Amino acid sequence: MSAAGTIVASQLAVGHGHRAVVRGIDLDVPAGGLLVLIGTNGSGKSTLLKTLAGLLAPIDGGVTVLGRAPGDDPRRTAYLPQHPVSSHTLPLRAADVVAMGRYARRGLLRPLRQDDRDAVADAMRRTGADATADRAVRDLSGGQQQRTHLAQVLAWGAEVLLLDEPTAGLDLNGRATVARIIDEERARGATVVLATHELADAERASTVVLLAQRVVSCGPPSEALRDEHLRECYGFTQPH
Amino acid sequence: MNLLVAPFADNEFMRLALVASVLVALTCAVAGTWVVLRGLAFVGDALAHGVLPGIATALLLGVSGLVGAAAGALVMMAGVGLVTRRLRLAGDTAIGLLFVSMLALGVVITSRSESFTGDLTRILFGELLGATRGKIGVQAAALAAVTATAVTCRRPFLMLSVDEGLARSAGFSARLFHALMLAMVAVSVVTGFQTVGTMLVLGMLVAPPATGALFARRAGTMTAIAAACGAASCWLGLLLSYHLDVAAGASIVLVSTGIFAVAAVAKEVARAGRHDDELPHAHGTVHLP
Repeated sequence: MSAAGTIVASQLAVGHGHRAVVRGIDLDVPAGGLLVLIGTNGSGKSTLLKTLAGLLAPIDGGVTVLGRAPGDDPRRTAYLPQHPVSSHTLPLRAADVVAMGRYARRGLLRPLRQDDRDAVADAMRRTGADATADRAVRDLSGGQQQRTHLAQVLAWGAEVLLLDEPTAGLDLNGRATVARIIDEERARGATVVLATHELADAERASTVVLLAQRVVSCGPPSEALRDEHLRECYGFTQPH
Repeated sequence: MNLLVAPFADNEFMRLALVASVLVALTCAVAGTWVVLRGLAFVGDALAHGVLPGIATALLLGVSGLVGAAAGALVMMAGVGLVTRRLRLAGDTAIGLLFVSMLALGVVITSRSESFTGDLTRILFGELLGATRGKIGVQAAALAAVTATAVTCRRPFLMLSVDEGLARSAGFSARLFHALMLAMVAVSVVTGFQTVGTMLVLGMLVAPPATGALFARRAGTMTAIAAACGAASCWLGLLLSYHLDVAAGASIVLVSTGIFAVAAVAKEVARAGRHDDELPHAHGTVHLP
């Protein structure tokens, strides 16, 4: 394994309990890199993301995030799940939900400071969630909820962003916003891991892993997304 | 006015009952906020009944009922965790199984007592009008412990109530903070049973916080509303009990569920009114294409 990589995996097997969903994953993603996980439904994209977030234990092999075991330093890794919970019992304000993104940094008791409030405001402005800052998240549309949850992840100020289908439910403007945000995060040195079904997203990646409950291909887009790999994964290729 | 104040001014047992029940109400407002937000009402119910065999055994052995209740709560919490993990049963199935087993065991043990009916009634419905300064001291300590836990753990508790994965990715152990939440519920049940009984303490854990959830946007506000509703329920419930000569603990719980019902109806009426105002009015002609 390279010591320089932000995310390094060697013959990693991920799954639930003792049941592996994907085996043999090798990764070496540098700081500022964009790793795109693409593949069929149930191919293991979300399972791999949860493993990198420290929410699932690796079944076999080795993996480090920022040189430590996944989940060991929650301040430096932020995770956006595929289906963030928005049906809160209380009508929590969007701004309060985004502010939870600072809890990893402030821990149990340290109060939120001005720089935390600035980070929350900045994250909401970047995702467009500021327009609904005072509204209850549970009353927002699906797209507005997604912008709120994305803002929470940005407010984290993490060095690694794990995003599970962040454009789900977003309109064209929202998709463009996510693409811009990923570019901005990479420009400040953050590493982004993106699970997606969009080939256009994969083509912008530094590394692509094509999954179908196994690693079909892994490498730069020009290599990983070759026609034979796409045919092997999906049974057909994209029209050129 | 005299009807509202005189029973407390003239009778020490009423003053002690008011202080004891308000302390229970405040403890339950704090713990119950998280019972409602995390959806733990069934766990609370199970804990309230699960302590019965512990209390019954303690009474038979001549030990403090408080010690027995604490032992019963520990057995119940450990049992739910064990059955859920080892047998891979859904949480509510595990809770249901243990709940009825512990309740039945409690009744069996109590039936060995010579004063079966009196003991069981005292355990299930409490002895509010027999509150002592000692019991009030224990309840005040429970309130302090539960409030300190809730204040310290408010961030992981809020995240757990939203999404367990969110709490874990922020570095908070879901298992530890869930256990602390259950411990707060257990402390509320164990100390509250002496005042309002094991059957009725659940009402104080759920009804005032549920009223708070109707109006609050933050957990702290919800607790404050729950505390106010709970304290008001104690005062009104004790007055009802005094003037109508009915059971004190049950009167308090009935008032607290009544406050919830009135608040829920008032909120729906207000919402319906707002909705009517927002409907478009027929100011002009609609032109169809």
